[in-house]
Amino acid sequence: MLDRDAKKVLIGKRIAQELKDGDYVNLGIGLPVEVANHIPEGIRVFFQSENGILGAGPAPLPGQEDPDLINAGGGSITAIPGASYFDSFLSFSLIRGGHINMTVLGALQVDARGNIANWSIPGKLVPGIGGAMDLVVGAKQVVAAMEHTDKDGNPKILEACTLPLTGAGVVTLIVTDMAVIRVTPAGLRLCEVASWTTVDEVVAATGARLIIDGPVGTFA
Amino acid sequence: MVKIISGREAAALVAPGSRIMVSGFLACGAPGWLLDCLVEAGVKDLHLIAISTDYDDRGIGRLITARAVKSCQVSHIGTNKTTQAQYKNKELEIEFVPQGILMERIRCFGAGLGGIFSPVGVGTPVAEGKETLTENGRTYILERPICADVALIKARKADTLGNLVYSKMARNSNPIMAMGAPITIVEVDEIVEPGQIDPEEVVTPGALVQYLVRKGA
Repeated sequence: MLDRDAKKVLIGKRIAQELKDGDYVNLGIGLPVEVANHIPEGIRVFFQSENGILGAGPAPLPGQEDPDLINAGGGSITAIPGASYFDSFLSFSLIRGGHINMTVLGALQVDARGNIANWSIPGKLVPGIGGAMDLVVGAKQVVAAMEHTDKDGNPKILEACTLPLTGAGVVTLIVTDMAVIRVTPAGLRLCEVASWTTVDEVVAATGARLIIDGPVGTFA
Repeated sequence: MVKIISGREAAALVAPGSRIMVSGFLACGAPGWLLDCLVEAGVKDLHLIAISTDYDDRGIGRLITARAVKSCQVSHIGTNKTTQAQYKNKELEIEFVPQGILMERIRCFGAGLGGIFSPVGVGTPVAEGKETLTENGRTYILERPICADVALIKARKADTLGNLVYSKMARNSNPIMAMGAPITIVEVDEIVEPGQIDPEEVVTPGALVQYLVRKGA
């Protein structure tokens, strides 16, 4: 088993491999932020934050924080040379209008049809929707970045989500600490397993049928 | 014409039980001084329209902590434990609205539109009870306009005609909420004379503004 930090790095690094030169990318709060630390050499991507920037840069040095420059989680950021600011209306027009190549979001549950649930556990915790529902219908690629199972070891990848949905049939790729799974019209296709685990362990930890119709690669 | 008033006078324009719209994203671009004055005035039973309820002790969350809000339309409450507790205890009624659609619904009101057909939230609880339209195989839901009695927003600079300039990402919901109510009150850091803001720089034109309040005044 990997610790939480090692899982985060593994997931972030693998998702970063999906990026292409020139992509416009929106990273959700929490785990997805890790992707920004692993951009492959030789490519340039531009980070959009729904609160009004294209060209978000890394956190500033201590003491140089600007209260008018924050990411969607409220953390301080910088603006890269060539960045632009805009209001929330234009920001979500970029998102819904198909002008963002990829969004990476955390998930409570994902299912075999590409449904995703990440905003509400009724009666327990309801953080709310934020920009997630707009992002999942608008971004060209929707990547779910998540731990493969919950803290009690229960599968988070299911035949059908049981929690209220954020979007229906929207997820294109699932990357966890155990596997890389593509959502296809036929169901979930297992593409890669993490080098620390095995195909059998991945299948056992998954609550949906996995299609294995070719060689399964590894990632680390 | 635009009037320059104090924060206390601004708070007096918000009647108990009225609908207010407050700008900002996690307190960035929120009208902090106007919120201070509103909390001090002790106005209750408000309906709040905002992107989120920010933090327990900062931004819009101060209204929640002061128990000034009875219902709200927001996209997110995850950073505010008081909001979550009041929601769980059913002290606070919440309609969760996807953030981009919240902006569109406010813009609808401001732009004189009857609503929009949106693909956001189709197949989720957000779509429940809403009319649908299917076009080229894609399903859309009817989202209706949202308006308030008073909009409280924040800009960096205004001229005395109400033309507004913002600061970086503190712009966020401000220009949209400026068109979300018949009365828009703007907290500003600085007020200058007409002509001192380049028309190219103006983001919100003065026709959308009724009152200006200098931060701290």
